[in-house]
Amino acid sequence: MTFMVSGVVLAAALVFTIGSVARAFRYARFPIHLRWELYPVPHESARRVQHGGSYFEEVNWWTKPTRFNLLGEVRFMVPEMLFLKGLWEFNRAMWVRSFPFHFGLYLLIATIGLVGVTAVFDLIAPAVVAGALGVGLHWLYTLTGFSGVILAILGAVALLLRRLTAEDLKTYTTAGDIFNLCVFIVTLGILLGGFLLKSLDSPSTVALVQAIFTFDASVRIPGLLAGGLVLSGFLAAYIPFTHMSHFIGKYFTYHSVRWNDQPLRPGGRMEKKLAEYLTYRPTWAAKHVGADGTRTWAQVATTNPAERGKKK
Amino acid sequence: MTEKIAPDDMSREDKKRLAHVENKDLMPLPPPLDDPSRDRNWASLSAQVKEKYECDLDDTCAVNVPRPKSKEEERALVEKFLSGLDKLFTRENNWTFLQPLVLTMEHCAKCQTCSEACHIYEASGGNELYRPTYRSEIMRRLYFKYVRHGGLLSAWQHGDIHLNWPLVARLIELSYRCNLCRRCAQTCPIGADNGLVAHELRKLFSQEMGIAPKELHDRGSMLQLEVGSSTGMNPIVVKDNIAFIDDDTTERTGVKVETPWDVEGAEVLLIHNAGEIMAWPENPGAFALVLNAAGIPWTLSSDMAAYDAINYGLWYDDVQLARVAIKHAEAAKKLKVKKIVLGECGHAHKALSVIGDRILTGNLNIPRESGLTFLRDIVMSGRLKLDPSRNDFPVTLHDPCNVVRLMGVVKPQREIVRKICPQFREMEPHGVDNYCCGGGSGFAIMSGNNFQDWRFRVAGRKKLQQILTAFSDCLGPETPKYICAPCSNCKGQIRDMLAYYGLWDKHRILYGGLVELIVNAMVGVRPGYIQWEWH
Repeated sequence: MTFMVSGVVLAAALVFTIGSVARAFRYARFPIHLRWELYPVPHESARRVQHGGSYFEEVNWWTKPTRFNLLGEVRFMVPEMLFLKGLWEFNRAMWVRSFPFHFGLYLLIATIGLVGVTAVFDLIAPAVVAGALGVGLHWLYTLTGFSGVILAILGAVALLLRRLTAEDLKTYTTAGDIFNLCVFIVTLGILLGGFLLKSLDSPSTVALVQAIFTFDASVRIPGLLAGGLVLSGFLAAYIPFTHMSHFIGKYFTYHSVRWNDQPLRPGGRMEKKLAEYLTYRPTWAAKHVGADGTRTWAQVATTNPAERGKKK
Repeated sequence: MTEKIAPDDMSREDKKRLAHVENKDLMPLPPPLDDPSRDRNWASLSAQVKEKYECDLDDTCAVNVPRPKSKEEERALVEKFLSGLDKLFTRENNWTFLQPLVLTMEHCAKCQTCSEACHIYEASGGNELYRPTYRSEIMRRLYFKYVRHGGLLSAWQHGDIHLNWPLVARLIELSYRCNLCRRCAQTCPIGADNGLVAHELRKLFSQEMGIAPKELHDRGSMLQLEVGSSTGMNPIVVKDNIAFIDDDTTERTGVKVETPWDVEGAEVLLIHNAGEIMAWPENPGAFALVLNAAGIPWTLSSDMAAYDAINYGLWYDDVQLARVAIKHAEAAKKLKVKKIVLGECGHAHKALSVIGDRILTGNLNIPRESGLTFLRDIVMSGRLKLDPSRNDFPVTLHDPCNVVRLMGVVKPQREIVRKICPQFREMEPHGVDNYCCGGGSGFAIMSGNNFQDWRFRVAGRKKLQQILTAFSDCLGPETPKYICAPCSNCKGQIRDMLAYYGLWDKHRILYGGLVELIVNAMVGVRPGYIQWEWH
């Protein structure tokens, strides 16, 4: 049983990582697109970011030094990532359901990190874990783990109910959306049940983690908990292949699109890339485009279809 | 309101409209337009139009796509659509927007946060057809089914859709029920962009199928590339008209005004939306007066397309967009100017400064500047003597989406109006949270069939509500009021709406540009540059 759990959990972690990286890599490799930013752009100078202004507000802006306000981005991103600030502002009814779900997942991720750290310390410096620090970590990951799983389940149930009952969501909800939320509820429910119902002589959480990572078959994982862990593994492996991977997409929608206000500078890397794109040969079929698959973008864009018509 | 519709309904073959809006469904307006029973009735599409064109979406028809004559023709059109859909997702054909489009296709959580942000959805009384995600959901299902070849598992995960000609025909129309203001995208927690979806659909229809509203293509970008301006003015006519404007401005202001043409080495190449020259000559006249008074070495260009800042390709066709942007830059390069300054035209701002930025490479990369920033610099520098008491009437400011939310030029125009308009009041919300005038993305120049009814009652309704609320303390005809709209398309839409609802006749609400307010406040100029008469 332990061997199987170890195999599934580690394979799932690998699939999740590879799937996520592959998705991110795919988005990152798309060509530089035409500018499509939306203001406010938080890395603008502090005096402009308040009202959503841009460097276009300055006369002869191209002669002024470019400043990247990293603090402005951090100020925007932290509340957005941790507390879903945008949803709080624009869709409170969804926020009260979505926030517990997402924050619960964050707490679970934190729990994995804390248990992992404790497990490593336990192996390399057992005395430290046996002391006050170990007790503190134990209570901390117990707190984050239980509160995380309860919040995530409550959030997922609330989201599911809303998807099934609210008119504006029902029309657009697919079987896959229902399935995804149900998988979260069932998986986390079994995981919670597995922890709550495990007998007192069951191995500790730290021992379980150590056993999973070392394929230690001598440690017996209680059945329900093993089921929860296996399901969690499958869920983690499934996420990168669905729109639930929006934690990856969101990085690009914000940094590469909404906030991408980088102007074209002569001779820079961007100009080289654009020069390459202008050699692409489009095949758009409308007559006025005049693209036959042999002419480049540069040739198409410098052809006047009205003049071409006149010659005929 | 019609029965509840779902994405699948787009494929219905019953040749009946999917949605219908009654006056009683519409978002209520404040006084004096608060009685829906006194609202004008919608004009209906004629039987002839319905017979001849694909008008099975809602109460109006913007594109006038002829109905195919046979099933074979329908199938060929659907094939063409699929071919275009595929091209939208290839780098060779759509490097220009591939990344944002794929991100939007793959990451909508369908939380409907965007719906509340959409002025069209709100004004229609929450009609499902106008929900920003309705259009996107169809596109998304098509993407997973036909571009990603998702199969059954994908249909289960993302939803299925039946592709046929009625769906394509309705989608063509539906892509022209969005102002592309991208207010919805601003509120999306994930960053998905429904405005982009409408934009990309329009591109597919234009670049692959050759389908676009006549006002944007035949009489828009094509005419501009043929004679130099979508107004039909060639260089000789435009010079004549500007000479007339110079004379008229001189007469009205008592200040000699002369517009320089084709001055090599000038500091500034000013490009107006040529619609100003035709419809609001006081705007280019005021620009000329201000620039001369400020001692700016400037010029207009009489080169092909360079005296008309419009670039309708921005709304429907990347190729046309690039062609016009290149013409503008070539004219500036030829004159060796230091910078291009864009007049009061929102979409021209965005086309040349933002979108065009990654088209104008090498020696075409001439610096571009907003006319609002440029005017702010002149006003704040003290080069003009200004008397704010000349503008002592209620003024509110409309924020053109292309200038504000999509370009970040928010403060310059405010600094000017605060300095010279003592009774300035903001609309709420404003700045980057503004609402579109309802004429965005080309609607302001589209008036075929009964499209105006939809444009004023639905697309422009939120702006109308904002305007009336901003002037709620002075609605009486004894107080003349001024909507400052520094954008030609917005001005056109606001003009048409004010006329449609009789708001000038009964309540003395006028509209105009920003530079006119500056000239109206100039001490050395004969008082009364703003003429309180309908135009």
